[in-house]
Amino acid sequence: MMKKIGGMAGAMLLSLYAGASSAAWQLNLTTGATKSTQVIYDLHNLMMWIILVIFVGVFGVMFYSVYAHRKSVGHKADQFHENTTVELIWTIVPFFILIAMAWPATKALIDLRDTSNPDMTVKVTGYQWKWGYDYLKGEGEGISFVSQLSTPQAQIYGTEAKGENYLLETDRHLVVPVGKKIRVLTTASDVIHAWYVPAFGVKQDAIPGFVRDTWFRAEKEGIYRGQCAELCGKDHGFMPIVVEVVSAEKFSAWAGEQKKAMAAAADDPDKKWELADLKARGEKVYAANCVACHQANGQGIKGTFPGLDGGKITTGPVKGHIDQVLNGKAGTAMAAFGKQLSDTEIAAVVTYERNSWGNKTGTVVQPSDVKAMRK
Amino acid sequence: MSAVLDTHGKAHDGHGDHDDHGHHTPTGFMRWVTTTNHKDIGTMYLWFSFAMFLFGGVMAMVIRAELFQPGMQIVTPEFFNSMTTYHGLIMVFGAIMPAFVGFANWQIPMMIGAPDMAFPRMNNWSFWLLPPAAILLVASFLVPGGGAGVGWTMYAPLTTQMGPGMDLTIFAVHILGMSSIMGSINIITTILNLRAPGMTLMKMPLFVWTWLITAYLLVASMPVLAGAVTMTLTDRHFGTSFFNAAGGGDPVLYQHIFWFFGHPEVYIIAIPAFGVISQVIPAFSRKPLFGYASMVYATSSIAILSFMVWAHHMYVVGMPVAGQLYFMYATMLIAVPTGVKVFNWVATMWKGSLTFETPMLFALGFLFLFTLGGFTGLVLAMTVVDVQLQDTYYVVAHFHYVMVAGALFSAYAGVYFWFPKWTGKMYDETLGKWHFWLSIIFFNLTFFVQHFLGLAGMPRRIPDYSLQFAEFNQISSIGAFGFGISQLLFLYIIIKAIRSGEKAPQLPWDGADTLEWTHLPTPAPYHTFENPPTVK
Amino acid sequence: MSNATPTHNYYLPEPAAYPVIGSVGILLLLGGFAMWFNDVALGPWSSLAGLLVLVYMMVLWFGKVIGESEGGLYTKRVDVSYRWSMSWFIFSEVMFFAGFFGALFYARLYSVPELSSIDHKLLWPDFNPAWPSAGPGAEANFTPMGAWGVPAINTLLLLTSGVTLTIAHFGLLANNRGKLNLWLGLTILLGITFLGFQAYEYSHAYSELNLKLTSGIYGTTFYMLTGFHGFHVTIGTIMLIVIWFRCLKGHFKPDHHFAFEGVAWYWHFVDVVWLFLFIFVYWL
Ligand code: HEA
Ligand code: HEA
Ligand code: HEC
Ligand code: CUA
Ligand SMILES: [Cu+2]
Repeated sequence: MMKKIGGMAGAMLLSLYAGASSAAWQLNLTTGATKSTQVIYDLHNLMMWIILVIFVGVFGVMFYSVYAHRKSVGHKADQFHENTTVELIWTIVPFFILIAMAWPATKALIDLRDTSNPDMTVKVTGYQWKWGYDYLKGEGEGISFVSQLSTPQAQIYGTEAKGENYLLETDRHLVVPVGKKIRVLTTASDVIHAWYVPAFGVKQDAIPGFVRDTWFRAEKEGIYRGQCAELCGKDHGFMPIVVEVVSAEKFSAWAGEQKKAMAAAADDPDKKWELADLKARGEKVYAANCVACHQANGQGIKGTFPGLDGGKITTGPVKGHIDQVLNGKAGTAMAAFGKQLSDTEIAAVVTYERNSWGNKTGTVVQPSDVKAMRK
Repeated sequence: MSAVLDTHGKAHDGHGDHDDHGHHTPTGFMRWVTTTNHKDIGTMYLWFSFAMFLFGGVMAMVIRAELFQPGMQIVTPEFFNSMTTYHGLIMVFGAIMPAFVGFANWQIPMMIGAPDMAFPRMNNWSFWLLPPAAILLVASFLVPGGGAGVGWTMYAPLTTQMGPGMDLTIFAVHILGMSSIMGSINIITTILNLRAPGMTLMKMPLFVWTWLITAYLLVASMPVLAGAVTMTLTDRHFGTSFFNAAGGGDPVLYQHIFWFFGHPEVYIIAIPAFGVISQVIPAFSRKPLFGYASMVYATSSIAILSFMVWAHHMYVVGMPVAGQLYFMYATMLIAVPTGVKVFNWVATMWKGSLTFETPMLFALGFLFLFTLGGFTGLVLAMTVVDVQLQDTYYVVAHFHYVMVAGALFSAYAGVYFWFPKWTGKMYDETLGKWHFWLSIIFFNLTFFVQHFLGLAGMPRRIPDYSLQFAEFNQISSIGAFGFGISQLLFLYIIIKAIRSGEKAPQLPWDGADTLEWTHLPTPAPYHTFENPPTVK
Repeated sequence: MSNATPTHNYYLPEPAAYPVIGSVGILLLLGGFAMWFNDVALGPWSSLAGLLVLVYMMVLWFGKVIGESEGGLYTKRVDVSYRWSMSWFIFSEVMFFAGFFGALFYARLYSVPELSSIDHKLLWPDFNPAWPSAGPGAEANFTPMGAWGVPAINTLLLLTSGVTLTIAHFGLLANNRGKLNLWLGLTILLGITFLGFQAYEYSHAYSELNLKLTSGIYGTTFYMLTGFHGFHVTIGTIMLIVIWFRCLKGHFKPDHHFAFEGVAWYWHFVDVVWLFLFIFVYWL
């Protein structure tokens, strides 16, 4: 056992030597990619030094006493039991130490909370279990997409080797320009999530029905990763955040591309679809949005998420089914997908569900049917 | 009049006119079910809490096993979340709090020279409410949907998504609250009304003081928790909108109410622990407690301040800056009275005549590691630093330092310290020391590295993590298994001592000077202080 | 307190099974609720059984306590214990209501205005935060409860009941049993009338004002606060009735009647809570 501990202690020392650059064995906060992180890093270090000094002082005394005032070395107990002066001193001195800590902490807080005059505003919406990004103001206005975990299940369940960015990779990145002040508005559609990117020194709860804000200004280009930091149900551990910081030119190019892609991808809402096409499209929508709860085989998870295979709603009247997906079910994990999905997507996923697994209703739901049901 | 003070057993000295039931003292199982004796009830509390500790500990083992390496190996994410939830709930409400109520029951009457608690029957009910609560908690795993995966803090609106297990948990919390409130009222009344002549408030042993203050915290905070979970219940089933923005409520409201309870709660756990330590350290230093009066004032200030700092758990919900500043300052202020306590303990040891039997070892372990945990608390109190650390493993490390190395170690210190008085037997000192050293080594192995995980940004309450966290998690899990097995050693030590421990001397610790040591035989008889001692 | 009298005349009860019966009752009651709320057929039955067990336990336990008290087993010391415990119990009730009032103030002063702030236009573009509010997600299609009809009458009723109860207490202190019984009886009548009005008010709100428990935060706080208060009035009235029967049987002496005082404290507490309700829920 001692050997093992020794080995570990050695490994820790080694890693100290290796420096904070290697991600594993990281021992301190990140200095990150923003000024805020640096401020936090410095403040934390300052605290550690003060604490270390007090700690060594207090326990120096204690261990000296443990050593010198042992009965086994024949030390006889004194009987003193109060001393007003000493007691006053050690009440007042810590008070001043605290003021010394509070001063820089106050300054840092006031600076870091100032979200005024941003160059760009992005709205971040937490969904169970993915992030929605809407570029509200500034360059890229109007871009809107959903970003979710792209690590394959096979890696999670160990049938495949884990990739380098295991659990910290998403299908779409939030792309922002370097050196610009980005204001982030957070909100959520179902439960509380928290948008947390350590390298920016940013963590902000996303509260359903409320809007909260924070900001960052990334100083270095690169890819930065974070995670949801508020327990939000089953897949709380699986909703990472990836932010790509790029040069201004690259950002403009990207924004242009996105706009074009969005225009191209926009479905004609009046198109009449065939069952097979719709089902194929629906399968994709299902895999992206519904599979986390209702599972790929449509069986759901007993007791928590109902199975859709042979379900009352999925084999019952179409209207009820569309309504369930469009408006969700209040007070349950079943969210209203009306805001996230287009008419075509909802039509597709409903069609898919009604014609998959054991369900053989043969219904084809057209986008116009969904449109008719939107309020 | 003596028939009046006697309870069963000796209650027939000719009067016999008032209690016809007194003739058949229940025996066997019924003795424990119907007992009105503070010592019996204290014993039941202690065993119950240890059983719950094992139960909650096994859940912690499931957590650590799943986190042993990246990837999902053992449990599903939902089940993992419910493990985290019930581990927290059971450790806090089932293990630590009842353990200290057990100490209160055994010790307070003996320490203040009272014949029993003020309301012995209600005392019995306080205990016997715990099993129904435990049954509801266990039942929540068996109903469709399983245990609630919401964290011990039960934040809205995630709670509205849960199945029937959530309702069972809510009702369990109601029952636990009832139990705590009744228990606390009993303790307060006993302390205020049943002290022996001459036992002024400022002569009470510090353990009694800490419980007076804790009981006040409980009476003031438990009803608020009951309110919070009741609102959750009506939001779930009756369409109210307390925590629903669409109806004009706010999920954050839940957090305010919860933490208004929750922060005092952490001191409810810590303050009786301070009390135990304040008895143990002087006894093994053979020297009176340094700064008795300032200890009392410091503890009271901690209690008062604890109601004014709750939102330091909510720095990232988006409070106005002024609010964040206020809560930061108020939180930091708690370091002052806590510091006074730490300094007083060290000063008590200074120039003492120290010996290091197991209770003292655990007390020193407490002192050292609790302070460390207090310091990390101070780091978390800095709003901007907390923005990086909130809901990461740094917080997990912080609170296990104050709750495991703090409260749990102090409970161990207390058990070893008073065991001879309770049973008349001695535990095995060598094994006791083993228990301490194994615990402290594995404890640090488990939780020290979690600071690093938190600093590097590993969120808490996740069943799987990215690769850069693998090494420290592995160390932590190994430590946790070691720590868990070391606690079985404690069980063995206690059972061995009860069965075949050596007879304890009248005063096993020469520095102990409170009434239970000076005025009562060892082991303490079933009924004590039927005639109160006079305290000079 | 310091040089108090010796404790050797403190009554300590023998072992009792009431608590564990109570625990079984609680388990059945709350377990039953949990089943009931999740549509398990056994639920209501289990709750009913639990309630009956609890009532049974209380009848036994309180009966025993009354017997002990009248049997002269409770000394002054015990009396002081009861005083402390009742005070702290009422304090815990104060904190319980404080939680709910906190929710009301939070909603009125913070969350509802916040939901209409500039940033929140993003989510709720045209929300009008005027109180009473049903929140931004629903139309406020209810009429709020006015203060000057039934609620004002109820305020008068409760205030009067506080006075009648005090008169009864004076009767007891003067050993004037007739006065005691009469005014205590009147207090009970006032309490019951209050509850009747409250019930009427609820049905009026549901049927005519369209004000429901589900009517957003206004309905929520209105019903939860007044409902919990009404529940406490009910308990208080039952306690008064018990005390009244005891008075009729000739219990209590001018210098030994804590049960009466305890109930009176509780009743006054419920009274004060109502004043706060009247001001903050109905009036302002
Ligand atoms: C026994 C329980 C206990 C105790 C005693 C404490 C004590 C303290 N705690 Fe802790 N805390 C918890 C249990 C406890 N905590 C729990 C359970 C959580 C997490 C809940 C959850 O989210 O699940 C938590 C979380 C928590 C947070 C929120 C973190 C987050 O979620 O982001 C914060 C932030 O301020 C905090 C701060 C403090 C402080 C400042 C103290 C102070 O009281 C500490 C004071 C002590 C000292 C400072 C050391 C001794 C002093 C000296 C030697 C004097 C000299 C020192 C100086 C002048 C610096 N705690
Ligand atoms: C006083 C309270 C207390 C105590 C004593 C403990 C004890 C332990 N805790 Fe606890 N913990 C909390 C209070 C406590 N915890 C709280 C409040 C939370 C937050 C919950 C939340 O987020 O909602 C938490 C969360 C928490 C987490 C984070 C979970 C997450 O975020 O997902 C972890 C992870 O390592 C952990 C580990 C442990 C371990 C290893 C122990 C060990 O000390 C336990 C040791 C005991 C035993 C193991 C039992 C005895 C042994 C046996 C019965 C034999 C079987 C043993 C083996 C097979 C080895 N705890
Ligand atoms: C966060 C988890 C979650 C996600 C993601 C989710 N659902 Fe659901 N779904 C639920 C829950 C929980 C219910 C049960 C609601 C209830 O209690 O009535 C449900 C119910 C349903 C039902 C009714 C089933 C029945 O028989 O009662 C349908 C249909 C449905 N969901 C379709 C979908 C579709 C389509 C998607 C994706 C676009 C989806 N769900 C995504 C959780 C989810
Ligand atoms: Cu989203 Cu955690
Ligand atoms: Cu706190």
